[in-house]
Amino acid sequence: MGVFGLLKKKSEEAIENHHGDRGFLVFENTSEVIQAENLLKKKGWEIHVMGPPPEIRSGCDLVIEFPLIEELKITEVLKDAGIPPLQVVPVSSPLLKPVDLFQTKDFGKYLMVQAANMKLTVEKDSLTIVNISGGGCPDVPYLAEQMVSKSLKEAPSPREIGHTLCGYALQLAYEEMKRRCLPS
Amino acid sequence: MLAVIGTVPDPKFPLVAGKVALEEENILIQGRRAAIRRGTPALLAAAVKAAEVLGVEEPFGYLVGDIGRGDGSQKLYQDLVQDLKQSDFHTICFHYLQPLVGWHNRIQSVIKKMIRTPILIADAGFMYVAKMSGRSSAYDLFTPDLGELAFLADELAPHPFYTRGFLLHEENATPDLIARVYQHGNGPRYLLVKGKRDYLANKEGIQAIIDDPMEEAMEAIGGTGDTLTGIVAALISSGMELPRAAILAARTNRLAGSYARPSPGTQVSEIVPHIPKALEDVLKERREWIQ
Repeated sequence: MGVFGLLKKKSEEAIENHHGDRGFLVFENTSEVIQAENLLKKKGWEIHVMGPPPEIRSGCDLVIEFPLIEELKITEVLKDAGIPPLQVVPVSSPLLKPVDLFQTKDFGKYLMVQAANMKLTVEKDSLTIVNISGGGCPDVPYLAEQMVSKSLKEAPSPREIGHTLCGYALQLAYEEMKRRCLPS
Repeated sequence: MLAVIGTVPDPKFPLVAGKVALEEENILIQGRRAAIRRGTPALLAAAVKAAEVLGVEEPFGYLVGDIGRGDGSQKLYQDLVQDLKQSDFHTICFHYLQPLVGWHNRIQSVIKKMIRTPILIADAGFMYVAKMSGRSSAYDLFTPDLGELAFLADELAPHPFYTRGFLLHEENATPDLIARVYQHGNGPRYLLVKGKRDYLANKEGIQAIIDDPMEEAMEAIGGTGDTLTGIVAALISSGMELPRAAILAARTNRLAGSYARPSPGTQVSEIVPHIPKALEDVLKERREWIQ
């Protein structure tokens, strides 16, 4: 199940840690968070990408929330992969939950999907990505250059080449577009 | 003079500062070219076109390559901390920059020491970090779209990615979202909300709605918000009062889009060439209306 599926299942505004059994991993940058998320999910851990608490927030941030009891194994795996976390912190207050609502707009020949501030538009017949709009982090124009004019099947995913929260939001729009347009 | 500060989606693009010109579908700065596809090059292209019509100086750009790693933005922030102290810009427009709270706050400290206080516009990543830092009120104008307005209205969200779901990005929610932005102290002097309808608002509420011509396809076209910000920045730096500049810019951007006969597959580089005629027509309408 992809990030989108996991996010859709939650209804709380933030994940509470009533039993003190969750921690979060802090990384140097969002690219490392995305790499770590891919790796840990492939290995079957129940993790979630979340917003950090205000005291460690510096800008365009994500953290990975994980079962604290698995700390040793998880940090070993991440060290072996060359992406050791900067910090491992127990969750003591609610973490912010990423956007989980999508909006779609049907323009007839074109379909637009919006996740948070990012919009992705595809020509329905050819499944060509014709436009990417919204967003404000510097990877947005780069992602657009790499993805626009390419088929939804062949375009690189924002997760592979993006670095910021806007890139992550575009990934959600991209996954939702694929879910709607490509047979599974 | 107008200064525009932002990034180019090319990791090899060096840090450059200088006047910006247009050359076919590129901006030209210090002998370097960047394609007008979206982002800061699209904003600058629109500002150059508007400046030509207004008969004012071309904008001054501070640009650097950054594809989201933040390395270019950090170099640019570092340079600005030194450079802005000696500058005398009338208007400064901050655009696609990595949102980094520490650097934002340092830039703000430097601006406070400038010879004259410039009019400050923030869009894209720099608007995010201005709100994230709790210093929106230090700015004269933000130019959010509806999704970004919901983020500004959410007092807890540090980035649009974390905007809570109950703050709906829907057209009919716009007045409530605007009110909530100011209620929580996250508003600049003016907001120009771009969307199906464009709204000019301040802490007293909605001041104007610009909805003609209406081209549904514009919402899907990457860079149309950037061109709007470029036009309003050029009008403000020409000496026009901010509310008037915002209304005329919104109308000009809509008209330029309409002249391009857009579909959701249209690229912003097809709209930019229509800005001069659109602005001339809007200025003419205004003169006729005054008479």
